[in-house]
Formats: sequence, structure tokens, C-alpha cells
Amino acid sequence: MDVAIIGIGLHRFGRSPDMTGMQQGASAVRAALADAGLCWQEMQFAYGGSQDAGNADALVNELGLTGLQFTNIWNGCATGGSSLHAAYSAIKSGEYDVGVVVGFDKHPRGAFNPQPKDWGLDEWYGETGLMLTTQFFALKTQRYMHDHGITEDALIRVSEKAFKNGSLTSTAWRQQALSYEEIASSAMVSDPLRKYMFCSPAEGGAALIICNADKAHQYCSNPLFIKAAAVRTRHYGSFEVFAPSQAMTVADAPTVTASRAAFEVAGIGPEDIDVIQLQDTDSGTEIMHMAENGFCEHGEQEKLLREGATGINGRIPVNTDGGCLANGEPVGASGLRQVYEVCVQLRGEGGARQVPNQPKVGYTHVYGAPGISGVNIITR
Amino acid sequence: MSRQVPLHEGLFTWPSSNPQLLGSRCSQCAEATFPAQPDCRSCGSRDTKVVELGDHGTLWTWTIQTFMPKQPYHSDETAETFRPYGVGYVEMPGGVRVEARLQANSPEDLQIGMRMKLDIIPFRTDENGEQKMTFSFSAVTEA
Repeated sequence: MDVAIIGIGLHRFGRSPDMTGMQQGASAVRAALADAGLCWQEMQFAYGGSQDAGNADALVNELGLTGLQFTNIWNGCATGGSSLHAAYSAIKSGEYDVGVVVGFDKHPRGAFNPQPKDWGLDEWYGETGLMLTTQFFALKTQRYMHDHGITEDALIRVSEKAFKNGSLTSTAWRQQALSYEEIASSAMVSDPLRKYMFCSPAEGGAALIICNADKAHQYCSNPLFIKAAAVRTRHYGSFEVFAPSQAMTVADAPTVTASRAAFEVAGIGPEDIDVIQLQDTDSGTEIMHMAENGFCEHGEQEKLLREGATGINGRIPVNTDGGCLANGEPVGASGLRQVYEVCVQLRGEGGARQVPNQPKVGYTHVYGAPGISGVNIITR
Repeated sequence: MSRQVPLHEGLFTWPSSNPQLLGSRCSQCAEATFPAQPDCRSCGSRDTKVVELGDHGTLWTWTIQTFMPKQPYHSDETAETFRPYGVGYVEMPGGVRVEARLQANSPEDLQIGMRMKLDIIPFRTDENGEQKMTFSFSAVTEA
């Protein structure tokens, strides 16, 4: 049984000072319902998640106490991908015909401050200042650049593209394009990553209405189809966040295994993808994820970025809405924002940021602590 | 002189004239991990032993932490006295890469592949005057 996406909704990312995170989630659900032409009372189930803005199932207080099955999902920054996977499975099983996936968040300013005990670690690891996501991404990027001949030029170009795309996206947080020089001269935060190479914790909401594909045309004229949804965790030997030590043996990252699983289920390969969303908590991560998801060889990114291959008009458009770099990262919502953007592109509704030649197949990838990846493949 | 105690027990042999980092090794698959834990992350066996991982290693990757982390970071620095610190993974002879603070905090002083040595250093002084000691690495200088 196939699964269709029949409604998409976003509450704009950035800062909404007059709204709670929960209200931003409700706003996204209302937008998705309106897009689908359905009402909340017709929803049979919901999956949702948030890190800092409350239990997703409390959304029923705003949307209506209809008695539906509502399950909260929490999987770090991969929460959105995991929620969609759960909803996809609920439809696949035949138990339900139509339901909602929702993510929202509202984080305080500044870097995240995860607590060791939540991740099975001792207090000393946090106390001595080793437990920062920014630090991990810098450490991984530093080694990757060393191993694969990537230079700072590539890091700068990823950010330049992100903010350019953000400037074309009305729902993005950062809508100001930045020049190569502005990025290159911004403050060094964690070598080799500078200020404008990191995304920031933010606020926002995203929601999807999904249904049994056999019934999709009853609801809407332009359904999209989820050809694959895969979530994988780390193997022994992959280099992941919040690791006081790592093995000398090398294993494929969870992104590699999730990506491979998704392509296998969909029966297609990276060369068939027309529009791509990759987790870009920082510019180094987007570079590594290009290869981990199979869109290029390790080390090839330098040349691809110089040629503009990942731009909106390039051969493999990546993060057409500016990604996390331009939208910020409200953890619960971020993975679903990626799916929202791919749906916008496949529907041909991207406006100034529309990928040319009517893209048919889209790809989303989200990565979260302590080594979780979620991949979706979506078609027209 | 104030009393010195380890910030956390079981991370390194100390006090000692030649402190060593401690980890655990699996008796089934021989994989090592830091800090020591009763289960093997590689094969799931519960047959593990605490072992010394060494006091020297090679820098595998590094960065500089330039801003003062929020809680749970717990030093005795203030926003005014905070000094950026290096962080890296060091490949130990015991067969595992260990994440650690580095004494160097300038990019010019750090390079992948450089030889590093273990230092046990004061990290913070508590209200009762006790110095909490932690592990760190510094570059081996040519003698």
C-alpha cells in the first residue's frame, strides 16, 4: 500500500515572540488541513514531536478533543523524520487512512545545552565542556577536510548558497543573502567553522496530512507519494555526536545506512533525484552529507560547489529553501520543514526558488543526536 | 596547598608519578572503550575488564571552543575570565580514540597527527577549596 501526502503546512521559522511553540505547531496543522481541504475532526491519528515546547499531544487542547490516537515522538534532531516514518508505517499497516504528522519547537537563544544523563553519559563529560554539538560538527568536519582534501572555500560556498536561497524563501528566518567575503571573515566559532557556517536554534512549526494513496484522489487533485521512509541509528565504529570515545574501526554512518535502505525500498538511485534536502546544521555537515547520501564521492564536493552544482539551477539542487542555515533549527519541526519544501518543489510552487524542469522526485535527510538519520523519498 | 581530587573516579590513575588513562576492554572481541563500562559497545558482551589505555597518543582531529558553554559546563570561570580551549580526539595505544580537552587553544599550535601526552590538571576549585582534577592532552615537545 502506498502512502500519499495530501496537505502541507508551515508556521514560519525564526522568532514568533507572541506565540508559544505549541501554538506554532497548531498553526502549522491548521495550514496543512486547509491545504488538504480537510478538518481536524477527520484526522484518525497523529504523530508529533517537540524538544523544548511541550508534549505534542497537548495540541488537542487547541485543535479539538476528538479522541484520535496521538503519539509523541522524540528522536533528537531526527524527530521530524521519525514522526513521519511512524505515520507512514501506520498507513502502510492498513490500520488508518488519514492522519497528521506535526513538529514544532521554541528554543532559548544560544547553543543547545544537552544534559549528559539524558544521553547515558556521566556528568563530568558535560562539566568539562566536551558535550557541545557545535564542537562535534567542527571535529568531524576538520577530520573530513583532512581526509578528503576539502578546503575552506567549500565551507564558504555552502553558506553562500544557503543564505541566497533563504533570501528567496518568504518563510525563512534569514532572508538576507550574504557575500562570500562576509562569510569568510565572520568570527571563528569552532575551527574550521565560522559564525555564518552554523545554524541557530529557532522557532517554528511544520505539519503534513498523509493518507492511504488509494484514497488520495478523493481528497485532492495533486497528491504526492512517499516512496520510502527509513530511520537508522549508528553502528559501532561510526563517528557520531556525544561520544567520549570512538572505535578505531570504521563503520558506515547512520546516514549511509538509512539512505541505502530508502533507495532500495524506492527502487531508484541517487541519480534519479531532482531536488534534495540534507541536514545542514553547519556547512561542513552539508558537505559530508552530500557524499553520505550517495550524491557524490567523498572529496568531490569541492568541485561540485565551485561549479554551483547544488544551487537551485544546478544538477543536484540541495536545500532550496536555505536549509537549517537560513531557517534555523526548531528541532521538532526541522525534519518536516524539509519534507514541506520538497513538496513545494514537486508541486511547482517554489516561485523565485523553484527548481526548473518540473522536478519529479525529491529526497529529504535529517540527522540527530546521538547518531540517528531519517531519509524520505517523495515523488509526484 | 589545596586538596586535589579527581573530578570523577575511574577516568585515570591518579595520584601517580605516571598517570594513565583508564578504559575497558572486552574479553570477547578485544575492543576498548573510554570511559570504562561494564558492557561492550561492539559485541554486547558483559565480560569486560578495566585496562590502562596509555599516557601518549596521536591527535586525530581538533577544534577550538571559543565561547563559554552553558550549563552543564561547570568550571570556576566567569564570562570575563573564560579562556577558549582546544578539544580533540586522541588515538591511544590502547586502541581507541578519546575525546579530551587540549592545553593548546590556538589553531597554529594544533595539527592532525601530532604526538600528544596526557596531563592531569586542575579544572576548577570548589567552594570548600578542593581542586577538581581532570585529564587533558598537550603536544609533545622535542626534547
